[in-house]
Amino acid sequence: MSLAAVLRRLATAAVTLFGVAVVVFVLLRVAPGDPIAMMIGPGASEADIAALRARYGLDQGLVTQFFIWLQGLIAGDLGTSISLRSDVLGLLGQRLPATLELAGAALVVALLVGGTIAILGTLARRSPGEAVVDGANGLLLAVPDFIWALAFVLVFAVFIPVFPLTGRMDPTIDMDFATRFFLLESLVRAEFAVFGNIVSHMTMPVLALALPLAAIVARVLKGALIEAMGQDYVLLARLKGKSELRLVLQEALRNALPATLALTGVQFTFLVGGTVIIERIFAYPGIGNMAIDAVINRDLPLIQGIVLAFGAMFIAINLAVDLAVAALNPRLRHG
Amino acid sequence: MADALPRESAPLDAATAAPSLAQRARRPLWRDLLAEKRVVIAGSYLALLALVAIFAPWIAPRDPLEQDLMLSLLPPAWAAGAEPGYWLGTDDLGRDVLSRLIYGARVALTVALVAATLAAILGSVLGLLAGWYRGLVDGAVSRLVDIWMAFPPVLLSILLVAIIGAGLPAVIIAIVIIDWTRFCRVVRAETMQQAAQDYVIAARTIGFSRRAILIREILPNVAPVLVALVSLEMGIAVIVEAILSFVGLSVSSDMPTWGGMIAQGRQIIHHAWWVLAAPLAMLFVTVLAFNQLGDGLRRALDPVARR
Repeated sequence: MSLAAVLRRLATAAVTLFGVAVVVFVLLRVAPGDPIAMMIGPGASEADIAALRARYGLDQGLVTQFFIWLQGLIAGDLGTSISLRSDVLGLLGQRLPATLELAGAALVVALLVGGTIAILGTLARRSPGEAVVDGANGLLLAVPDFIWALAFVLVFAVFIPVFPLTGRMDPTIDMDFATRFFLLESLVRAEFAVFGNIVSHMTMPVLALALPLAAIVARVLKGALIEAMGQDYVLLARLKGKSELRLVLQEALRNALPATLALTGVQFTFLVGGTVIIERIFAYPGIGNMAIDAVINRDLPLIQGIVLAFGAMFIAINLAVDLAVAALNPRLRHG
Repeated sequence: MADALPRESAPLDAATAAPSLAQRARRPLWRDLLAEKRVVIAGSYLALLALVAIFAPWIAPRDPLEQDLMLSLLPPAWAAGAEPGYWLGTDDLGRDVLSRLIYGARVALTVALVAATLAAILGSVLGLLAGWYRGLVDGAVSRLVDIWMAFPPVLLSILLVAIIGAGLPAVIIAIVIIDWTRFCRVVRAETMQQAAQDYVIAARTIGFSRRAILIREILPNVAPVLVALVSLEMGIAVIVEAILSFVGLSVSSDMPTWGGMIAQGRQIIHHAWWVLAAPLAMLFVTVLAFNQLGDGLRRALDPVARR
């Protein structure tokens, strides 16, 4: 990818982010309810209300309001949460790491599971085994994370209680974390008991998020692998006496990856979006769970901050994938 | 979910892409549909479910809202301590789970039908226009889709319902506002692909107007993909409604929904697993059915595969 192409792609991302900001602004302005009235509650004097109105520019026109809002946004001022009476940016900083760890772990699991299914399917191609793999994958494709999560709740928390049902770790755990990335930090600091506790809390939500993505990875990767296995360079390697498994892992996989990665990126944004409801089901303290409470409490500043955070994450993922695919694919590199 | 719709199934080969009327007449459509096992099985299940939903007052053994605290948390009929007549047990308010399940199908299917159809119309019109006229229209539509895709769908639906206000129409509007992009992206790509085919170029050479080609040539060839997508979207709509009911933002609580039952079952999971398991099973089978129907339809209607 040339520098100009990279810059063009960055500009597109910036325009999209601006568009997201506009949509969030419009959505929240058409929402019923007076934001000021919610902010200070009953018993406020007329003068107080007028002063707050002026401060947030609500006495100005809609376009002026937008630019006042945008200015604050750029300065990092996302306002104050009405229901939690706390700085929105601070709340995001506190909760976002939990969501990032959840989504990141789910991505890794999805790639591992999906990759394994694809390789098994490729090895079993044109045999009865392929139909079994495809059938299982078809089922994975059809079932959304919401259903997986609740099925896991029934099976692994009620019928055979092996995993804890809610939270990020046991409340009894007493460890001074320097960051909010509890999973990573406990691993880096070799606190394996804490790490294991966090992993067992994350198992069900991570699997629920990962399985639908794994199915998509498996299908795309399997198609690409089978196509690659028919290429001349694989034939050459086969003539040299390499085993089928080695052919897949050492020859075909490298060439099948870029196409898979491109698709995985887009689908990963759906996984990140899925954290909202999955965090809710498992009472996991991330921004998705907080988002639902914010909506139920009509906490407009908080809703706005969370939606923007998700939007920025989505745009960043798409951008990163586009750049990575361009970097991996020699045919596009000089495009 | 629906974004998983395989693109490789689209007719790629220019020589085989345009199904002539003669080909289509060779074998009647219904025979192709019946030959596809998944269409038959999934279609039969969904038809049965629709009948159950329509005739719910006659089929349901009890009033789904009738509470009887004396009969709360009864287990299903096969478990110890069950009460005859309560096949799937009762919830914590003593309401009959089976009857609530049957009435819940009404909300699920209404949302599936209306939301998927409206989203399909909105998305396809924009997708057809963008893919056929390109230029400024395409630029505007594509940018809009990009912005839309930057929102997490679940969060956006919750947000929209919070703004519009809870209730069935709000749920449907929210699904349409969010999911039109699925149709728009696929139809736009399909239209662009069809536009490059020989039969379109031929039609232009003969002197058909652009609009006539769009409606008479492109639309019928995009239709198979569209029909399959609508079926998949119905499955998604059922899930979205269940999610909104789950967080308490769908229809009011005096109307039983699968999502509402799931939320309730999640609360009392350690006392009565069946309150969660029953609606979850229905949701699973129904979503699977819409999915398989969509896949089967795509295969059966694919002009290349049909020969």
